[in-house]
Amino acid sequence: MNTLLEVSGVSVTFDGFRAINNLSFRIGPAEMRAIIGPNGAGKTTFMDIVTGKTKPDQGRILWGEKSISLRGMSEARIAREGVGRKFQKPTVFEDQTVHENLLMALRNKRGPFAVLFYKPAAKDLVRVEALAEEIGLHDALWRKSGELSHGQKQWLEIGMLLAQEPRLLLVDEPAAGMTPAEREHTTNILTEAAKTRAVVVVEHDMEFVRRLNCKVTVLHEGAVLAEGSLDHVTANQDVIDVYLGR
Amino acid sequence: MKNSFLMRNPSTLIFLAALAVFTIVVTALSEAFGLGLISTSFVKTLGKTLCLGLVAIAMDLVWGYAGILSLGHFAFFGLGGYMIGMWLMYERTRDIVISSMSDAPIPPTAEEITDAIGHQIFGVVGSSEFPLIWAFADSLVLQLVLVVLVPGALAFVFGWLAFRSRVAGVYLSILTQAMTLALSLYLFQNDSGLRGNNGLSGLQNLPGLEAAPQSVVSIWFLWASALALGLGYLLAAWIVSGKFGSVIRGIRDDEARVRFLGYSVESYKLALFTVTACIAGIAGALYYPQAGIINPAEIAPIASIYLAVWVAIGGRGRLYGAVIGAGFVSLVSSWFTGGQAPDISLGFYTIKWVDWWLIVLGLSFVFVTLFAPKGIAGLFDLAAHRRWPNRHGADLGPDAGALREREANE
Repeated sequence: MNTLLEVSGVSVTFDGFRAINNLSFRIGPAEMRAIIGPNGAGKTTFMDIVTGKTKPDQGRILWGEKSISLRGMSEARIAREGVGRKFQKPTVFEDQTVHENLLMALRNKRGPFAVLFYKPAAKDLVRVEALAEEIGLHDALWRKSGELSHGQKQWLEIGMLLAQEPRLLLVDEPAAGMTPAEREHTTNILTEAAKTRAVVVVEHDMEFVRRLNCKVTVLHEGAVLAEGSLDHVTANQDVIDVYLGR
Repeated sequence: MKNSFLMRNPSTLIFLAALAVFTIVVTALSEAFGLGLISTSFVKTLGKTLCLGLVAIAMDLVWGYAGILSLGHFAFFGLGGYMIGMWLMYERTRDIVISSMSDAPIPPTAEEITDAIGHQIFGVVGSSEFPLIWAFADSLVLQLVLVVLVPGALAFVFGWLAFRSRVAGVYLSILTQAMTLALSLYLFQNDSGLRGNNGLSGLQNLPGLEAAPQSVVSIWFLWASALALGLGYLLAAWIVSGKFGSVIRGIRDDEARVRFLGYSVESYKLALFTVTACIAGIAGALYYPQAGIINPAEIAPIASIYLAVWVAIGGRGRLYGAVIGAGFVSLVSSWFTGGQAPDISLGFYTIKWVDWWLIVLGLSFVFVTLFAPKGIAGLFDLAAHRRWPNRHGADLGPDAGALREREANE
């Protein structure tokens, strides 16, 4: 199978606590994957490791066709390689307009000098409009993003992720705090994105995971407990014991 | 293109117009070119204030926009002053030495002249040798290049070390303050090569232009300072108006998020820190010839703290706020500390403003930080508010967590 990201044998310890223990994970270039697990299972730490925020003690993280190592790269460099991340709490630049937020995220040169002399090309502006349409914020383009509702901020962040055109999307609890209609929309956006790129969704909400209709990885104590379809993993006795049984 | 930039940023246009009007009015009232209502020393004070406005813009870029509370920008300002001061002092001393030696029966050699200049300049610190750092002091062009290069290089090296190690927040402030303190302590030493605590003096005299009276020179410097402030303002407004401005404001508000968007936060901080240090150097190079003297006390950390106070009182994150803050606070400050403010007699105690001014300044800093974080520039919002529809404080957003009308207008 074609692999976009391969994490193998990764461990990380915080003050003697093993947050990730010999974890292995792989995902293809156009695949949706849900990661579930109880609190403290290492879901967020896993994302931190892939995005370069946390440096693993050991293990390999290989990326892309050429299998380059992401270990030791800075967060910004990893993001430029094509890893996009959405945080649990919507983090958008509240002081700036929706348009500025999207334009900043748009895939373009990232160096200080290129950015200083950057003038938005017509195609960039068209792309921003299209993205705003897609996330339902077209009417709010010139509003400060701090004025948006919680759900709208979540979408704006998803829109910013799409604007980055990442090859791998890491999404942390996208449906948190959303109304049922908003969840529906979010599911559609994510499924659409997964047709052309890899999407990893960390989620607590089983109903939402079921709707994503994808392969599921269950984490427990920093390692993979089970992997497979949702029905398969929910039938697994270990999974029931540590997670679903609670 | 320039027109459209100014159209998109009306505050820039208003600022430049106000600056032009100010310069013309001061010129028209000066002793040299006008009615003589403003004394030469006050023209110099106003010219110096314009330079302080320029360094405040640099501070606002780095602190108000990018969130880096640098307590070292006055060190860059002082270094700029030292660089131009070296040339001014060297050339003027050379003129004096040559004219005094011209009476000698045997014409002096070039070496004798240099030795005599060295003796004149460094005699006060018990030396007569030119230190290495004075190597270019006889060239105006090279010293002007150094005005930008020396602060820029120091900021680059310091910033490269600090930002690469991800020093941020209050730790960075402390580090910049330590740099400033170290620099000023070094310059206080007699063997630093810059005349120790005597500093460089006589900078108000322009070599080769002895014929021009100070009243005229002061107006020249006022014009040069106004021009530098105008250009600096344009540059800063251009930097913050585009995507670069978006990114640095993003760094101020959420550094980690900017990193995950793929921007190398450290490079941006370093670039901005270096550019603002260069701006500060230019401001210093225009300031000290008007002040006439520079010594290491000018570089002491307190000066950089004052700079932060000016920007905070004027209004962070707004260029005109920084200029207004620097102008207002420094002028009021010199009024109070200059002994012009009348003492207030309470019968049992007389309030002497020279002693009490610092306390007033400190209290107003606390007051602004707590109750008016937008500073003086926030008053412009109050004036502009009346033109916006009154929504009676209703939410702008769809839920109660959204910004209120008042906040949204920031």
